[in-house]
Amino acid sequence: MNRSKRRTGRRHPLATAALLALGLVFTGGAYAAFSTTTAQAEPSPTSQETIEEGGKLFQANCATCHGLEAQGTNDGPSLIGVGAAAVDFQVGTGRMPMQMQGPQAEQKPVQFTDEQVKQLAYYVASLGPGPDIPADSLVNGGGDAANGAELFRINCAMCHNVAGAGGALTEGKFAPPLTDVSGVHIYEAMVTGPQNMPVFNDLNISPEDKRDIITYLQYVQDNRSPGGFELGSLGPVAEGLFIWIFGLGAIVAITVWITAKSN
Amino acid sequence: MAQDDHSGTELAAADSSHAETVPAVKTGTALIQSDAFENPGFPPHRPRVTDEDPKKEKRAQRTVYTLFYLSILGSIWAIAAYMLFPMEGNDVGDVRLNNLFIGLGAALALLGIGFGAVHWAKAVMTDVEIADERHKVGGNQVAREGAVKVFQDADRESGFSRRAVIRNSLIGALLVFPLPAVVLFRGLAPQDENPVELLSHTMWKAGTRLTLDPSGVPIKASDVTIGSAFHVIPEGLSELHHGKLEEKAKAAVLLMRLNPDELNELPDRASWSYDGIVAYSKICTHVGCPVALYEQHTHHLLCPCHQSQFDVANHCEVIFGPAARPLPQLPIMVDDEGYLVAQSDFTEPVGPSFWERH
Repeated sequence: MNRSKRRTGRRHPLATAALLALGLVFTGGAYAAFSTTTAQAEPSPTSQETIEEGGKLFQANCATCHGLEAQGTNDGPSLIGVGAAAVDFQVGTGRMPMQMQGPQAEQKPVQFTDEQVKQLAYYVASLGPGPDIPADSLVNGGGDAANGAELFRINCAMCHNVAGAGGALTEGKFAPPLTDVSGVHIYEAMVTGPQNMPVFNDLNISPEDKRDIITYLQYVQDNRSPGGFELGSLGPVAEGLFIWIFGLGAIVAITVWITAKSN
Repeated sequence: MAQDDHSGTELAAADSSHAETVPAVKTGTALIQSDAFENPGFPPHRPRVTDEDPKKEKRAQRTVYTLFYLSILGSIWAIAAYMLFPMEGNDVGDVRLNNLFIGLGAALALLGIGFGAVHWAKAVMTDVEIADERHKVGGNQVAREGAVKVFQDADRESGFSRRAVIRNSLIGALLVFPLPAVVLFRGLAPQDENPVELLSHTMWKAGTRLTLDPSGVPIKASDVTIGSAFHVIPEGLSELHHGKLEEKAKAAVLLMRLNPDELNELPDRASWSYDGIVAYSKICTHVGCPVALYEQHTHHLLCPCHQSQFDVANHCEVIFGPAARPLPQLPIMVDDEGYLVAQSDFTEPVGPSFWERH
């Protein structure tokens, strides 16, 4: 009934919305197509052009603290020999360039495009040998989750929590949650030991074992806890808070109801 | 409703005369101090809506029996859920569904009865204020003498005081009775071994290689780059079949490499490290949690249980928290093939204080 009435109008009321949606789809599609074409032109690690571009980015964005030759200053460590993996992790997760001094450099929106991150990484890698960005086969989660879980419990869970939910360290520092961290960044963090995290080199945890750890973390993320509501997987703190507030709250409420005089 | 055990009379009526029960004694010239607290009596009776409105009473009744019926439904649902969501497969998800639905049914069953009963009592049952007076705790003279007599009679008839042999043998039997339990529980403790001795020594010996947890792969000094943290077990622990966890609980070690310039070693321990590589017990000296939250820049080790902090750069001294002692250090060196080995066992017992160690 309504519809037939509206058809007499000049324009369907949903026309504006449809037009908007169409426009968005086209823009988004075009953008996606455009960005994939740029992604295909991945900077080659060895090309002189990549390193030069990275050098320019470095001078403009990093040299203030790390020195013009990445030799380090009082404000920032030397980057000679940290390798492409360290730069790809620090810049690729938005930790660098650092916003301000604090207990630790925190994650924030990434300041560079993927291409620029790679250019920076290969520029720093050209200064001295260091860990490289890992191959896709090591970070796509095709390993043994059970082995990864055991290694994670031994090497990582004390700081990052057994479910990868993160945890507190000393003096305002913290181990960040590992949910929603890409496999390549987890791998790079293990191999370079960013900030206060210890280094787990390939002789401590082999590349295959690192792949298994990433597999485990992805498994935990995809298969939520069979116990139901996780409360952030934070363990006794969150669970205690929940039961103290809601469990005791319910008991108090029921006690009040039992002893109150009926209307 | 509520009745006194002794009198068996309802006290509601008697209560109204409460104010007049002050004994009529002539006070003469004495100054009578009035009691600071006066019994305010009952608040005025306020009828409930269910007393005044028959419709609302009907409704309350309906609520009560609906709750009881819900309880029945809950019980039946719990039985049905047990059959509908069996825990047969290997899938832990089954456990969740099974527990969740049985739990919901059982909760509904119990809460239905509970809420129904309370609502019945509050909204539908008779509503009169009554005072249930306390009776005196001590009985009267007759009752006391009666009780004494009961005991005396029992003693005389049983001969408990007179037949001393029987009585004493009974006391003896009762005293011996708990002994089997003492012996059985003693069997749970370490046998033929001095527990102090057990707690004082670990698997580490001179020449034991430091190996990776859990694989048991030996570690070369050159493997340990600066900033690294290795979780270490003694060689041979991963192959143990008996008492593996007990040994691991004592022998677990955290191996770290610091810049040698940043390492401040005690003079008598200068030979315990190798080129900035130090090995410390992972067992907290407070209550034995594994301390492994290592911060490679500050060189702090944090215990997650009670926030004790140890400074690895300063021979693991306690810089915060309840731990009483530094973490014990494992003296290490490098063998001919470049592998890290222990110089000896820990030179002190690892872990928390116990009765022979403070």
